[in-house]
Amino acid sequence: MSADAIVEVRQVGKTYEGGVEALTRIDLALPQGRLSTLLGPSGCGKTTLLKIIAGLIAPSRGEVWVKGKKVEGPGPERAFVFQDFALLPWANVLRNVAFGLELRGLTKDERHQIARKHIAEVGLKAFESSYPHQLSGGMRQRVGLARALAVDADIILMDEPFSSVDEQTRRKFQEELLDLLRHKKKTVIFVTHSIEEAAYLSDQIVLLSARPGTISKIIQPNINREGSGPDEIRRDKNYLDAVDEIWQILKKDLE
Amino acid sequence: MEQKSQIANPLFWQLLSFALFFGLWELAGRWPISFAFPPFSKTFVALVRMVADGSLPKAYLSTLQPLIIGIVLCSIIGIGFGIGMGLSRTVEWLSLPIFIVLQAAPMAAIIPLITYMYGIGLTAKVLAVIVLAAPVIVMNSYKGIRNTNPSLIQMCRAFLGTRRQEVIKIILPHAGALVFAGLRLGLAMGFIGIVIAELLITPTGIGDLITYHSSVADYPKMFAAIVSIVLFAALTIQALERLERKLFPPEMRGLEDVS
Repeated sequence: MSADAIVEVRQVGKTYEGGVEALTRIDLALPQGRLSTLLGPSGCGKTTLLKIIAGLIAPSRGEVWVKGKKVEGPGPERAFVFQDFALLPWANVLRNVAFGLELRGLTKDERHQIARKHIAEVGLKAFESSYPHQLSGGMRQRVGLARALAVDADIILMDEPFSSVDEQTRRKFQEELLDLLRHKKKTVIFVTHSIEEAAYLSDQIVLLSARPGTISKIIQPNINREGSGPDEIRRDKNYLDAVDEIWQILKKDLE
Repeated sequence: MEQKSQIANPLFWQLLSFALFFGLWELAGRWPISFAFPPFSKTFVALVRMVADGSLPKAYLSTLQPLIIGIVLCSIIGIGFGIGMGLSRTVEWLSLPIFIVLQAAPMAAIIPLITYMYGIGLTAKVLAVIVLAAPVIVMNSYKGIRNTNPSLIQMCRAFLGTRRQEVIKIILPHAGALVFAGLRLGLAMGFIGIVIAELLITPTGIGDLITYHSSVADYPKMFAAIVSIVLFAALTIQALERLERKLFPPEMRGLEDVS
């Protein structure tokens, strides 16, 4: 395994109650400071794998190591962004973003100060005292992202964060995400079923096949992102090749 | 134009609905359907008289006493029990079947049993209120806890929340609205309980006014007592419903659709 892997998945399998096998023998190394995508069709167990790495689901077999320590549950070095946002409907943006810090016992002043900084980073400065129901889907997910950034974890785990967001918002959000994460040097593990999204965002794409999920291929698109804007990336030859290659592999699964 | 006035003036139509109802009542009373059915006007006069001579307020004082004691006891013990059932599988398995049976059973049938065991005093009446109100209060609290959005619980765990924090910061605030709704429904059942108790156990308060005036054939007063308790219960429940919407607006509970 590569020396700079921050997350190592070793022989992980998951069989749900009732005998449904979601994942089988997954071996995976995820490099530090990079964005890795878990990509695959519905039911390939990609979300299950992400939640196993998060420590939210226990694997049936095998183990996950994060920063040299075996995963026994959620930890401070990992933060999660949920598909359905998982915001407290009765709390405003400020409290939602500060919620992870609230759980860690920081005083109100401390956590609000940190939360305000991250709210500004995701562009919601004017909405600190708004409630989730007053925000659009895209804005809610920004709150979810700010909450994950606020706890200052090394690894951000994102479970289809843009799936309930409309296409325009999704593209804008993807660009901002790349920008933000490049500055923060976070390791990101990203689950999606969108080929373009995976190719656009990732340094490494882990392709999973359908049930029971196994790794069918790992692709490193090698797109030069330094100094190139979103439109240039989408016209980059390596980007287009990666999209094509992924599609060729996924297509085989469908046949 | 008609459409517009309809929307602009719901109060008008509500008042018209009452006016129609009381008008028909007046007609039916004057026809008369039965010797024992007084028209609205006579009932209203009787109501005013009973308020003026103090018999109605006095009746309410004695009716409300067991009702309030019963509901307060239900709130403390019932909500506690419901929350316990929601949080602990053991408590759930032990007591859920009982409360499901109690909720479905015609509880009025138990009232003679209460009289047999606890006599005819205040205790028996408080018990009648509790027996009717408790199941819905317990079940609502239990459902409120159990219906917590699993995604929020997972979020709390992912951000290193302890079980204690999960209960205090996620589960209880989430359950608040259903618990309150349970109290409101419990109070509605409590009204039924106390009136049945006052009619079946010993005539006191409103039950006494109804039975007494019926026995001396003073039907306007009997009807006035009945109408007053119906209105009183309806208005109280309505007020609680408004308070509930104010305290727990649906959008703050995450009930609006995700746009």
